[in-house]
Amino acid sequence: MVILKADKISKKYFTKPALTDVDISLEQGKIIGLLGPNGSGKTTFLKLITGMVRPSAGNLTVNGFEIGYKSKELVAFLPDSEFLYDWMTIKDARDVYANFFRDFNARRFTELLEFMKLTEDMRVKSLSKGMKEKLVLALTLARDAKLFVLDEPLNGVDPVARELILGAIIRCFNPESTVLVTSHLINEIESILDEAYFLKEGRIVLHGGVDNLRSENHKSLDELYREVFA
Amino acid sequence: MKFNEDSPIYVQIIEKIKADIVSGKLKGGDKLPSVREIAETFKVNPNTVQRVYMELEREGVAFPQRGIGTFIAEGEELMEKLKSTQAQKYTKRYVGEMKELGMKNNEVLDNVKKVLEGNENGDS
Repeated sequence: MVILKADKISKKYFTKPALTDVDISLEQGKIIGLLGPNGSGKTTFLKLITGMVRPSAGNLTVNGFEIGYKSKELVAFLPDSEFLYDWMTIKDARDVYANFFRDFNARRFTELLEFMKLTEDMRVKSLSKGMKEKLVLALTLARDAKLFVLDEPLNGVDPVARELILGAIIRCFNPESTVLVTSHLINEIESILDEAYFLKEGRIVLHGGVDNLRSENHKSLDELYREVFA
Repeated sequence: MKFNEDSPIYVQIIEKIKADIVSGKLKGGDKLPSVREIAETFKVNPNTVQRVYMELEREGVAFPQRGIGTFIAEGEELMEKLKSTQAQKYTKRYVGEMKELGMKNNEVLDNVKKVLEGNENGDS
């Protein structure tokens, strides 16, 4: 079953093309990577999913719905941590999410907090960058969403925190939902991916199952990435 | 577990499990960890682990018990077969690399002997 379908999506900012003829099809029960360097169009594509920008051409649906309030209910987006106020405790942040999202699963959030070695009484002000990243991921993954969209979840966090973040993504993964993750840390992310899309200058230049890409090219995803983007 | 570049990750996990069976770390009748446990320990996609188990079952190395888990198959015959196919695989890899270096058959053998004798003298 297809959760997200992008059909010939193009996006121009005035005359500058950001995405051109992008076809992406995300199936249920998979973790899929959207990989590319800065400026390749990854974030633009994610913004289209969340409805923050609209496509100039083409069709985008989530679970069959055009982008709108119905699709937004199904998508859990990992935002950057700036929406958390310094005066908040982790418990306050949880309450904001619980009030805002009907599908927020408080029990899973508690489990995730423990897994991330965070406690509810901690103040946002006192959290390091890595801890904030872990908190926001816990909030996002605690939703019972159809599609999880994680923009650079490994960015700016140390290797130990990266392991925890990957562990949390695997732990929350279930066959009913789909995870779309962007990263330029290909080595770290490769082992959790089913499929990868390579985005270069707004176009999909390579797509395939990670196992197939490896056995066809006898290269890791990281090496392939360096070849495509060098 | 560190993965190398040459082959798909699921193939590498299969190799690791087979190596553990041949070395005796895993024994016939042992229960394998759940898909989720392996996925979390190795930080790999659960679908990849699922594929590992399917492949091991297809080859007769493991068998599923409905609702309980996946178990290592028992039997001398299987052990012997696994031992010889794994040994052949590693040997072929070694010989292949030596041939690439331009070594002749007797040189390949000589080097194996040298390493084995070195091991016996305790300076491996």
